[in-house]
Amino acid sequence: MDSAFIPKGVKRCSFGTFSLGMLVLTAIVFWGFYAAILCWLKGLNQTNMNDSYGFALWIWADLAVIAIGGGAFFTGLLRYVIGLDELKNIINFAVIVGFCCYCSAMLILAIDIGQPLRGWFIFWHANVHSMLTEVAFCLSLYLSVLAIEYIPILLENRKIDEVPFFHNLGHTMHGAMAVFAATGAFLSCFHQGSLGGVTGVLFGRPFGYREGIFVWPWTFFLYTWSAAACGPCFTMLTCKITEKISGKKLVKDNVYDLLGKISGWMIGTYMVAKIADTLYWAYVTSPSLGFAVMDYYNAHPLHHGIWILILEIVICGVLPAMILISRKGRANATLFTLATILAVIGVCLNRWVMVMTPMAMPVMTFDSWVSYFPSWQEVATTILPLAGGIMIVSLSFRYLPVFPQEQELNPVD
Amino acid sequence: MKKESSHEPGRKYGMVIDLDKCTGCGSCMVACMAENNVSFKEDESNKLDSITWMRVYRLTNNKPFPETEIRYLPRPCMHCGGKGDLGHSPCVSVCPATATDYDHKTGIVSQIYTRCFGCRYCMAACPYHARYFNWWDPIWPADLKKSLSPNVSPRMRGVVEKCSFCFHRYQLAMERAYNEDRRELEEAEYQTACTQACPAGAIVFGDLNNPDHAVHTLKDHPNAFRLLERLGTNPKVYYISDREWVRRSGDNYLNNEKTNTKPAVQEHHS
Repeated sequence: MDSAFIPKGVKRCSFGTFSLGMLVLTAIVFWGFYAAILCWLKGLNQTNMNDSYGFALWIWADLAVIAIGGGAFFTGLLRYVIGLDELKNIINFAVIVGFCCYCSAMLILAIDIGQPLRGWFIFWHANVHSMLTEVAFCLSLYLSVLAIEYIPILLENRKIDEVPFFHNLGHTMHGAMAVFAATGAFLSCFHQGSLGGVTGVLFGRPFGYREGIFVWPWTFFLYTWSAAACGPCFTMLTCKITEKISGKKLVKDNVYDLLGKISGWMIGTYMVAKIADTLYWAYVTSPSLGFAVMDYYNAHPLHHGIWILILEIVICGVLPAMILISRKGRANATLFTLATILAVIGVCLNRWVMVMTPMAMPVMTFDSWVSYFPSWQEVATTILPLAGGIMIVSLSFRYLPVFPQEQELNPVD
Repeated sequence: MKKESSHEPGRKYGMVIDLDKCTGCGSCMVACMAENNVSFKEDESNKLDSITWMRVYRLTNNKPFPETEIRYLPRPCMHCGGKGDLGHSPCVSVCPATATDYDHKTGIVSQIYTRCFGCRYCMAACPYHARYFNWWDPIWPADLKKSLSPNVSPRMRGVVEKCSFCFHRYQLAMERAYNEDRRELEEAEYQTACTQACPAGAIVFGDLNNPDHAVHTLKDHPNAFRLLERLGTNPKVYYISDREWVRRSGDNYLNNEKTNTKPAVQEHHS
């Protein structure tokens, strides 16, 4: 039925099967939008947030999707600016995944503010001292860059490409992609960093507060580094999931190997910096504010104790770094996939801890720990962009030549 | 006019609360709510989403009877001056839309309700939990509407609010003073609602920089302390107690550390 739109030389599932999948995703999206509309019309009393948990599931989701969406800027930097040619075989997919992640972040932010109609105040009455201002500017600019990077991929659709104007436009945009990739990398460094700064500058919250250089707390650099390290892992993981669902190999192993190796070294160096930061915070910053490091972990209402730190640093940090750095680790498909999963969990866990614990823990000695569980509206609106993202990726995969190696790896008789 | 203002000596309004006098009666909370049109819910049992600009905390020395001791600690907004008293309060510096501001003429941290878009970053920044979000529409019973103060605008759903040190009273007092061709206020001319309502006289309010105001002397009391001084927030609310355990409750200490009794006053005169 839609075969005229499917790229030449590749095979896709039947329109019926595809439609069924899209129907399920559409239903989830509608459910999410229903919850979003409730929040917009009735206010944030639809959530389980409170005056202690002003930042909760949504802010974590924002930080997490932006971190794992970092694969777009870093792979773009490696491909177009540093010139690693092999990565042209995964860059389209990285851009699409990144685009979905950043769209998700913007949507969640639009729901998360108490007065959505005043959202533009962040640009109009901008406070240049606020990390959130930097986030807003860089995030929206980078989303525009991602949209620009996505356009030439869209223009490659078989039917659109038949129009000479679009064909030439796509070709010209491809030629200028290095400029956009460099711009994207520049903007990403700042918004990834400023997201790290959001908690890092909170000198009233000893768990999140970090010292640093000039106006930038150490978390500024750690967030940028971790997004560059773990973002490509999410790109590779989603790529492998797409391979699994479509039942075909889409990217050659040498591409995975190269990106995996770079990710491994990035995670490894990030871990060195993260461990150094944690030690300095635990033994210098925190005690100077009157907190012993175990105060943060032992009394936590979730009773995870110090294990959450061990999980983040050792199991979801050092371990995937070791797997991806080692040639044997990368060669083993199961270990490789495990490493990408762990790295993604690790960076999401880091964002979770940095958002949630400062909210949960009391700073005044006579205050108490607060626990929180999201309402269904919060969950639905968090799942909404996930379903939307899967829809965009599915539509792109079906109708656009996303993977240049697909034809070669899966010849159609 | 501008020139004249820049040469005015900086006022720095603040409070000194004697915890040994406070009985925990809650008059300050009630007065604050009435004065500032603070909204309330039908069911106020969940304190995590109800608005209390002034909140009284109960402190205990955690000792068994008969050594048990209790103190009550009223907690308004601390109107932090930040490090060096430069106005970099935890909340002011993070607000992305400049909806909260530090007034260098009075040292008061303001909240501009019509500019706040409800991101709640300031709440995340405030270690005192002095900032409250309007999770609900403010609704007053019809009869109660008649008693709302015309001097304070009620806040809409979706914005953050907090104690303003009854700033509208300062504005009214200054208006009167200007009409009388004065630029300075007497201590009694500008007092917060909680100060006036406190039956025990535990709350004293005034200009911390003005030697004629009681707070100027009281803040240097040997048993004076401020909440969470070690964080560098530089609050303008001082507390006094002769009990060491109360003073120790004011900040976080490692087990081997002694209680700091001398407030680290950070001043900046422009």
